[in-house]
Amino acid sequence: MLRYVIYRLLLMIPTLLLISLVTFTIIELPPGTYLDSLISELRASGETADLQKVEFLRKQYGLDQPVWVQYWRWLSGLLQGDLGYSFEYDRPVSAIIGEHLAMTMVISIAAILFTWMVALPIGVYSATHKYSGADHGLTLLSFMGLAMPDFLLALVLMFVAFSVFGVSVGGLFSPEMQAAPWGWAKILDLLKHLWLPVLVIGGSSTAAMIRRLRANLLDELKKPYVVTARAKGVPPWRLLIKYPLRIAFNPFISDIGNLLPHVISGSVIVSIVLSLPTTGPVLLRALRTQDMHLAGSFLMLLALLAVIGVLVSDLALAMLDPRIRQGGGRSR
Amino acid sequence: MSLPSVVPPPPTDEGALTAEQQRYYAASQWQLIWWRLRKHRLAMVACWVLMALYAMIPFVEFVSPYAVRSRHQDSVYFPPQRIHFFHDGEFLGPFVYGHTMTINMENLRREYQEDRSRRYRVRLLVRGEPYRMWGAFPSDLHLFGVEEGGTLFLLGTDRLGRDMLSRTIYGARISLTVGLLGITVSFVLALILGGLSGYRGGWVDIAIQRLIEVIRAFPELPLWMALSAALPPRLDPILVYVGITVILGVIEWTGLARSVRGKLLAVREEDFVTGAILVGASTAYVIRKHLLPAFTSHLIVSATLSIPRMILGETALSFLGLGLRPPITSWGVLLSEAQNINAVALYPWLLLPVGMVVLTILSFNFFGDGLRDAADPYA
Repeated sequence: MLRYVIYRLLLMIPTLLLISLVTFTIIELPPGTYLDSLISELRASGETADLQKVEFLRKQYGLDQPVWVQYWRWLSGLLQGDLGYSFEYDRPVSAIIGEHLAMTMVISIAAILFTWMVALPIGVYSATHKYSGADHGLTLLSFMGLAMPDFLLALVLMFVAFSVFGVSVGGLFSPEMQAAPWGWAKILDLLKHLWLPVLVIGGSSTAAMIRRLRANLLDELKKPYVVTARAKGVPPWRLLIKYPLRIAFNPFISDIGNLLPHVISGSVIVSIVLSLPTTGPVLLRALRTQDMHLAGSFLMLLALLAVIGVLVSDLALAMLDPRIRQGGGRSR
Repeated sequence: MSLPSVVPPPPTDEGALTAEQQRYYAASQWQLIWWRLRKHRLAMVACWVLMALYAMIPFVEFVSPYAVRSRHQDSVYFPPQRIHFFHDGEFLGPFVYGHTMTINMENLRREYQEDRSRRYRVRLLVRGEPYRMWGAFPSDLHLFGVEEGGTLFLLGTDRLGRDMLSRTIYGARISLTVGLLGITVSFVLALILGGLSGYRGGWVDIAIQRLIEVIRAFPELPLWMALSAALPPRLDPILVYVGITVILGVIEWTGLARSVRGKLLAVREEDFVTGAILVGASTAYVIRKHLLPAFTSHLIVSATLSIPRMILGETALSFLGLGLRPPITSWGVLLSEAQNINAVALYPWLLLPVGMVVLTILSFNFFGDGLRDAADPYA
């Protein structure tokens, strides 16, 4: 097992390097930087004190150096935990990122938990009651869930909540809780606001998971061992839980890797629609104003989250399934 | 006709075949796929919807009741109009009432009242606002419209008094073709790179697989956002459109390339391929004649299922203001005006293009799903 963990960790290094290269290239694509426009603005207004600071930052992050030097400084900074400087917010990126990234993770993890909690009973019910009325209904519902674009769903739900119930569902906190220190009251308030984004973001992956669990379980239920166990008089519930369900469970774990990028993607745009304090709105702003360190580090961390998700799911699978850890690695 | 779900045992006697069986055995692969697809009700409905939508694209000027940019200054934020058939219990055929506008002096909002004394007939094939068909032939014929003096805003109007229905129809031209162009880009990329990866193997394979892994590690939407933010802001609208389709295609090809590679690896080992190589067929011949036909149907299915993702990608990007921009009318551009919840609360019809997006996405998904079931006619 240890060998497998080390193998997987080593494999992450080239992937992450490539990801950082791609990220940096994309961020460098647009001509000009935020700093350029800032400098010309400062020159016009004749503020020299700020100008010196900008010059200092320019030196510090090597913005006057060739591109590959900039890349190296950015990368080595990343490795030491220095995510660069946001020129727009005039603060280090790490100060901005922390809270937003934490909220992104809270929402993503909640969405995944929601997916599991809803998909498991419905998937099992659909498979054991194949072609019943409820199964057909649930199938249609999950197809709708798959097809409904999440940000449009958020928009429509927000409109319905606003016009029918007269409540504004945007944001993650009530206005009076916004600045309050963390405590039970604030967590409760967060939970009160969390359900809508979680429902919207988790909706489509839940639908996909139901389909997959149903298909897997149906395959298992046909196998001879199930027939044998039933013939020998094992009670239906015990039979279901003891073997077929455990095997059909695999996608729940192996799918975290696919689920996480999807969920993060969804959370970005849904957050913008619902104005949640996650990475989404900040990333959009940073991209618009070409605040390159902020956008780049955000993109990098989002990709890192996804890569870690894949790693965790692979390790969990390896723990479940000895064939994988002895094979040394699974091509994903 | 009912097709057996498993291939029946080969007939021992030629004379024993019924006409139906003969037809089944003689049918080509595509014919079999078509027969099976035809039995899939939902997929067929979706197929008709899509055909209708795409058939509309060349004729949007004719189909929409108004020109896309014409503003109706005295009908700003006009709510969707109803078509009536009866006036005071008397059947008159389809018509709309006239309206008068007053400005509410308390909140300065325009309010429209139905004026029941004025009635305007709604007709098919009416003369209306002039346009140039395909930019060449001047015409003023519209598929449907209202008599001179009346207005026909079935989906309401926006803040400049532009007819939402016409804008939605014009938007279909952009939004629906983005998916097709994007899939062409990613199809070409996937065929070349996936094909190389699967057929060559070795370090080419490893390099391409790594690249795919890296691209897939990124959450899709932030990557799209970053790339389209890199498009110069003052680019010609047509180039923006091309740029967006390329961006969508460049990210989406990885899934397709994987299935190309997987299928190639599987088919390459088949006996008929080895046979062809042994009797001296060239590589190009083997690929064209033996490998490609073996997985074309699968590729088409994957492509059908990725088109809706691209349409959604464009909608999302334009919605965020990073994709297409106003002189171009796409569904995402229309929806970006509905971003403000206060505007939506006052003028909910701005959200109506959502319906078109969902209809298209659902149709593509159902059609692709039916196609996937049908693509393996021997299963």
